[in-house]
Amino acid sequence: MINVALFSSLSERLNHIFSKLTKHGKLTELEIKGAMREVRVALLEADVNIFVAKKFIADVSEKAVGQEILKSLNPTQQVIKIVNEELCALMGSTNAKLEVADRPPTVIMMCGLQGAGKTTLCGKLAVLLKKQGKKPLLVAGDIYRPAAINQLQVVGGKAGAEVFEKGTQNPVKTAKQGVEYARSMGYDTVIIDTAGRLHIDDALMQELENIKGEVHPDEILLTVDSMTGQDAVNVADTFNKRLDVTGVILTKLDGDTRGGACLSIKAVTGKPIKFIGVGEKLTDLEPFYPDRMASRILGMGDVLSLIEKAQEAVSEEQAKKLEKKMRDASFTLEDYLDQFESLKKMGGAAEILGMMPGMSKFKIKESDLDEKRMERVKAIILSMTKREREKPEIINSSRKKRIAAGSGTSVQDVNQLLKQFEQTKTLMKQIRGGRKLPFMR
Amino acid sequence: MGIFGKIIGALKKTKDNISSKLSALFAKNKLGDDLYDELEEILISADISVVTAEEIIDQIRAEAKAEKLKDREFVVDLLKDVIEDTLREAEVPEIEYPAVIMLVGVNGVGKTTTIGKLANYFVREKKSVTVAAADTFRAAAADQLTVWADRAKVRIVKHEEGSDPSAVVFDAVSSAKAKKTDVVIVDTAGRLHVKANLMEELKKMGRVVSRDYPEAHFYKLLVLDATTGQNAMSQARIFNEAIDLDGIVLTKLDGTAKGGFVVSLCGELKIPVLFVGTGEKQEDLQLFDAEEFTEGIV
Repeated sequence: MINVALFSSLSERLNHIFSKLTKHGKLTELEIKGAMREVRVALLEADVNIFVAKKFIADVSEKAVGQEILKSLNPTQQVIKIVNEELCALMGSTNAKLEVADRPPTVIMMCGLQGAGKTTLCGKLAVLLKKQGKKPLLVAGDIYRPAAINQLQVVGGKAGAEVFEKGTQNPVKTAKQGVEYARSMGYDTVIIDTAGRLHIDDALMQELENIKGEVHPDEILLTVDSMTGQDAVNVADTFNKRLDVTGVILTKLDGDTRGGACLSIKAVTGKPIKFIGVGEKLTDLEPFYPDRMASRILGMGDVLSLIEKAQEAVSEEQAKKLEKKMRDASFTLEDYLDQFESLKKMGGAAEILGMMPGMSKFKIKESDLDEKRMERVKAIILSMTKREREKPEIINSSRKKRIAAGSGTSVQDVNQLLKQFEQTKTLMKQIRGGRKLPFMR
Repeated sequence: MGIFGKIIGALKKTKDNISSKLSALFAKNKLGDDLYDELEEILISADISVVTAEEIIDQIRAEAKAEKLKDREFVVDLLKDVIEDTLREAEVPEIEYPAVIMLVGVNGVGKTTTIGKLANYFVREKKSVTVAAADTFRAAAADQLTVWADRAKVRIVKHEEGSDPSAVVFDAVSSAKAKKTDVVIVDTAGRLHVKANLMEELKKMGRVVSRDYPEAHFYKLLVLDATTGQNAMSQARIFNEAIDLDGIVLTKLDGTAKGGFVVSLCGELKIPVLFVGTGEKQEDLQLFDAEEFTEGIV
């Protein structure tokens, strides 16, 4: 289920390229060329548009040639550092602010392709605005998709925001009336939901232009599915040219997409990416952090800071021992417990795991790793006999019952732990093949 | 965004026909690596994965060498052949009746719309159809499906929002059994493939069909949005592991995206594409045609 090969490939390939290189000195043009070929593949696999990727590579190569390799980094890390910095720079800064009109109401207009997640996003924005003490009104401008208005009403109900709708009346008129209604009723923000449409559907794009002309939105937010492929540039460019959007929101980032479309969109529109949607709950809306996105696109995790943190917590000797165990797959539940303990020392475990390449896919929830859960894992493992810890496959249902009773947990908890342990082992097997875990360099 | 000024121009170029591009290459007498790089870019622009694109190019390179690279048409034909052959590697199943067709996929790919179109398709094939509104999660999903069911004039089985989707499936197959309905089409809630608990729920729904309606032919179709990029492979792989897919419905092909990932899908995972969606009307659904699809990419 976890495609580690994809995730580890960039650093693996870079390591290979630099294996013949002496540790220090300047990066030469030839080495950079080889490395950049691999970076290009990584970007393309992450759905960065091919022309965006090519241009990016050309620019970064120019910057990288002749750079001194820092003492503390190997060439692979150095290249990743440069690429990462450039990606971050390109994706702009964190900008999670919504424009506010001088004279209320502030008007926010949504737009995007079908299925990008606009209606859900309307609810999320309403929740966010309410948290900021604002009073938002939702306006139902999608008259085409069956039951779209009902959906907005349900979403609005959950968000605790009123929905203004005029059935299948022309959405331009509805938008106008909605804003008037907001003004008269004392709403300070209006969020206009619009129908999903293809960027090449001229009539429907004209409709958006008409809504814009009528209500003069303070924000026009383009909603884009983060799983979008090469076509993201066409979509973003067309919407931006016709509407001059003010910002972009990426949705469905709780999946395992690398999200390269984000870079493409930024490259062709130059507009800030304001928020990301990370789940189905209406509170699952987060500010956009360019650095996190960059490492996600590269599939690298935040390797550099992980190294820093890990060096403090894991002693060299410990790391070597663990690595050996991984290599010959003799990793046991006891080691698993040790690992948990080290993680605890490193602080925020979820944070650390999130930094590890491939780990972001686990989508570890904070709650999975809280102190209480760690204590439970510890209790379960300590309630096992030595043999059980070494050979978990012998744990049958009567053993499970005993372990559960001994640790004050349930058989379900024991099962869950064993499953997770198996997953970790599988992951390790996949990582094995010669590559060191980043925190063991 | 000055540094990306040229991108738009470059993109315009990709929209051009491959033939004209290749003509230019041949005119400049720039064969060899340049040609292959150009071909690879065309494939990647269509969302064919880097790995698959490289494989296709290798194949062309080998064949071109053996038969001597002659002219533009030769290369274009070769490219088309290779893609079409790859697409045919996955065998398209014949639909047998009584059938239960369950549509699955991530959020927003067009499952509910596709069910409306499928219902219409089977009605035209003179089959009796029941749709099951087993997306009990998304707000107003059942309302949306009801509109489609009315348009196609087919029966719908639905429960309240938030109820157990497996119970909806159970009701639908039970009534289909009693009424001898030819086709039951099951809508499911959009779910990201990485959410293990939601994938379990799908398995459960599948078990209800197999257990309570064993005489039906059960088809599990993954709906994929043509706008999607490389993540489509991950979706297909994980849904396939969970419920053993019988095929793909490729939606939103009426935009500018090409959906080239299905080449990798057919080649690597051997999951065939059954239908393609090309618009918002109920008749905008067609049987997949490998040749036509290839023409669209190249």
